[in-house]
Amino acid sequence: MKQYRWLAYPYAVWMIIFIVVPLMLVLFFSVTAKAPDGSIVLTLENFKKFWEPMYINVLIRSVLLAVYSTVICLVLGYPLALILAGRDFKRKNILVMLAVIPMWMNFLLRTYSWMTLLEKNGTINAFFGTLERLAATYLNMELTLPRVNILYTETAVILGMVYNFLPFMILPIYSVVSKLDRSLIEAAQDLGGNNLVVFKRVIFPLSLPGVLSGITMVFMPAVTTFVISRLLGGAQFMLIGNLIERQFLFSNDWGFGSALSIIMLLLILLSMGFMSRYEKENSGGGLW
Amino acid sequence: MKRVIKVMFLLALLAMTFSLAGCGDSGKPTLKVFNWFDYIDESVYKAFEKEYGIRVIYDTFTTNEDMYAKVVSGNADYDVLFPSDYMIKRLINEDRLAKLDFDNIPNYKYIDDRFKDLDFDPNNEYSVPYMWGTLGILYNKEMVDEPVTSWDILWDSKFSKNIFMYASQRDAIGVALKRLGFSLNSRNEAELEKAKQSLIEQKPLVLAYVGDDVKDKMVAEEAALAVVYSGDAIYSIWENENLAYAVPEEGTNLWFDSMVVPKNSKHKKEAELFINWMCDPENALKNTMYIGYSTPNSAAYDMLPDEVKNDKSAYPDDEILEKCEVFDDISDVLDIYNRIWDEVMTAN
Repeated sequence: MKQYRWLAYPYAVWMIIFIVVPLMLVLFFSVTAKAPDGSIVLTLENFKKFWEPMYINVLIRSVLLAVYSTVICLVLGYPLALILAGRDFKRKNILVMLAVIPMWMNFLLRTYSWMTLLEKNGTINAFFGTLERLAATYLNMELTLPRVNILYTETAVILGMVYNFLPFMILPIYSVVSKLDRSLIEAAQDLGGNNLVVFKRVIFPLSLPGVLSGITMVFMPAVTTFVISRLLGGAQFMLIGNLIERQFLFSNDWGFGSALSIIMLLLILLSMGFMSRYEKENSGGGLW
Repeated sequence: MKRVIKVMFLLALLAMTFSLAGCGDSGKPTLKVFNWFDYIDESVYKAFEKEYGIRVIYDTFTTNEDMYAKVVSGNADYDVLFPSDYMIKRLINEDRLAKLDFDNIPNYKYIDDRFKDLDFDPNNEYSVPYMWGTLGILYNKEMVDEPVTSWDILWDSKFSKNIFMYASQRDAIGVALKRLGFSLNSRNEAELEKAKQSLIEQKPLVLAYVGDDVKDKMVAEEAALAVVYSGDAIYSIWENENLAYAVPEEGTNLWFDSMVVPKNSKHKKEAELFINWMCDPENALKNTMYIGYSTPNSAAYDMLPDEVKNDKSAYPDDEILEKCEVFDDISDVLDIYNRIWDEVMTAN
């Protein structure tokens, strides 16, 4: 295999140019500032700025919203992954496809469509209105349906996150559970375990690697998103992603923006390290 | 078969070469105009081409920043640009504009004196105003019963969660400053602090902070009130007749799109001829009727139909106009503005 080593060089170059160098730049911007005379000085000002209550609040809100949506994704996604992985289930390929198809569409378009759905005069409310009118004209009955009024609230932001990131929870769990050794489950059943015990003692522990990578894959984009909170939250709920975007595009404070990015990066590394402590050896599951 | 493809390929290549060559000089002088998208009655520049035998290459942009990027990139060689006030100031400061020879623009006399010597071009050496407008309140007549005369209505709890604010820090802070009776270009920290408090106080009433999409949202009747630029308001009112636009009596931001000539233009004479043509009352009238924005050309204004002339949302009374201000360059206190907006946006 040694003679094929050179095949890795393009990747190494690619990674240096597009990952290592930009990261270095971010790090550089975060610890430097331009002095009035134009020279560049080392400083920790940018990091100090972050410890103001208003920025800490932004971080707390981002983490909380991301945790909510990750938990909801897990609660919704885990059973679905189990169902999909069930052997005696005939049309499962179609279901897997259905879970994946939304990912083929552009993420922005999907988020914009949620706006159209949830608006005051949006598709859902218009549909309810039509039902009410139909009931009044044909059945002669007064029907009052509730109206969806959640656009530009935190609920809408969480909804958007769950909708967009749910496949990232389902797929890793599905890929781990579907590769489970059936004989283990059969052995557990032979030894007299009922369904609950089999699940608790065999299936769930073995599916943990998938669950953990699912959690990371949902949590990370959720905690850094800035599009969902702007579109569905009406820019009222500033998340850390919005704050970083703002520093680069509007405030022109690249130093602070970079410092925020570094803090975010550390946070993600920390949580990943925390997770991997629970990951067992030779788990081999997940998408990575 | 292979041969046929080869021949066809060569033919296509030839055709392409010739069509490109066709773009070259055809003897006629040319003038490259760079204007906002859909911002002219096309018959006006077509008539200019006929009148003077000058070929006009007409390009469009959608934001000042796009225009700026293209113009400074060095590849563009436009002769007439249509930037807004603050962008003109920036272009002047960076020494990118040519001083106009007003002897070549006799129609400049039709420009209303109120719109000469504006802050971004104090001695009026570089620019000739093309259109102007205001920042104001777009509202839905079905949802708002009282007359809209003041910025205060955006702080009225009756319209809780029924208000769209503009998600641009300069405009939003400007609204708060004007409401409190301060200058739009305030550099005073105490005043700015009050503006910040006022915006934080308003936040619970705001449905969302939005950008350009506010037009479509108001047309779809998603909220009762919105802060918009008069140009967007005109578009929305065309789409939905329940909407109306008001300029608050405390005064507001006055904006201008003016015609300028970049320094590197090789056809300055023709460019001035073009600007003069645009200031001709008949042509200015055609443009303002087509676009729907307010014209700074007093002769064209006199020719407008009465219902347009008396439309206070397009042509506010002088006492309101006097309280209006053009955006000034505030980059020296930008940090304070950034900070205020951060605090408003992160407030709960």
